[in-house]
Amino acid sequence: MIRGENKMQSTRKIRVLIAKPGLDSHDRGAKVVARALRDAGMEVIYTGLRQTPEQIAETALQEDVDVIGLSILSGAHKTLFPRIMELLKKKGLTDIMVFAGGIIPEEDVKEIKKLGIREVFGPGTPTEKIIEYVVGKIHKKA
Amino acid sequence: MHGVLASDRRSIARAITIAENGGSEAQKLIASIYGHTGKAHVVGLTGAGGAGKSTLIDKIVREYRRQGKTVGVVAVDPTSPFSGGAFLGDRIRMQDLSTDEGVFIRSMATRNYAGGIAKATKDAVKILDAAGKDVVLVETVGAGQSEVEIIKVAQTVVVVHAPGLGDEIQAIKAGLMEIADIFVVNKADKENADKTVTDIQAILQMSSEDEAWKTPIIKTKALTGEGVAELVKKINEHRSFLRNQAKREREFLKAEAELVEAIKDRVADTVVFSLKKREKYQELLKKIIERKADPVSAADELLRGIGVE
Repeated sequence: MIRGENKMQSTRKIRVLIAKPGLDSHDRGAKVVARALRDAGMEVIYTGLRQTPEQIAETALQEDVDVIGLSILSGAHKTLFPRIMELLKKKGLTDIMVFAGGIIPEEDVKEIKKLGIREVFGPGTPTEKIIEYVVGKIHKKA
Repeated sequence: MHGVLASDRRSIARAITIAENGGSEAQKLIASIYGHTGKAHVVGLTGAGGAGKSTLIDKIVREYRRQGKTVGVVAVDPTSPFSGGAFLGDRIRMQDLSTDEGVFIRSMATRNYAGGIAKATKDAVKILDAAGKDVVLVETVGAGQSEVEIIKVAQTVVVVHAPGLGDEIQAIKAGLMEIADIFVVNKADKENADKTVTDIQAILQMSSEDEAWKTPIIKTKALTGEGVAELVKKINEHRSFLRNQAKREREFLKAEAELVEAIKDRVADTVVFSLKKREKYQELLKKIIERKADPVSAADELLRGIGVE
């Protein structure tokens, strides 16, 4: 039995998956967010470009992430997001907090939130806002 | 625990998180699965960043899959000492494998543990082993010659080098040369690849420790997969080689290293906690500040007080 367990040893880190579903040709924005979350003390797993919903859901499972950030620029969110959320549900990963970003028209946001995606951060969103949001929601869960 | 033994992927993922977070829950978990470990072939891949470890691992995994084996991969990246966060990007080069049910890939941050792996890497390997993976590959951080912790985790250590990385062969003399069971010269299509091979050969000839096993140098092109079949063949050969006295000796050293580390951790937690409660502790702290005692002598005095000479 360990008395006085060292707090540092049981520090929980927030694990985030930043994923790029679809056929986007660049990932500058996703990487900016990934780096910002890392600088805020989180462990960020980045998938790289051209991920299928199956790859994203399976990665989220294996990496046991707390948060998923979906970055999409191609406009394919209407087909890809529902598929991703469906797969997460099928794999029992419903307690992961999912947010989205990239080029997503304002009028699609309501529908996207109905899928269970908590928040959509458009281009130009200050990274502090995203960090605050993630940290706030995760600590509420803890 | 049952999920892990049944090779349920969610259970494996959860178990590794528990191990990473440490504490008594982790201890209980590892204790419960320890009896089921020792079956997997644990292979460590180390070497400077940019040598192509991740890309090579992707190809190695595919070769093992062709041979009908199941594989676990633990890819380690450094935690920033300033922010405490980490960017875990090794997976990018292996992502096509993420939907292969016979492959489990986990990214880990060092969380400031030194030596190229995370403190919980050993546990993650045990979990994948207990879950029935035939092979577990561990990719270290990739900073260079200080990454020798991998020998405590892996049975076969593969050192990956690539020509023109900027660090001369001389730079990898210490440490890495000694722990390598297999050398790989990746990006073998580059001009000075052959020179790199002969340079390594020359150094190996100078320091032949484990003469029973002749450390081979394999040329590969991770991007195309050339040389990977031969590399995996050598890895399997090394496993056969280990199934004799050499292995038992290594197993003994590994077990001892783990036991000593566990004892040290326990001592740090329980003894320090206990000593802090003593009056003498505060007395000595004051003396240290007043320069009337030095920290090491103070520590000795405190330990003598509880019977430790």
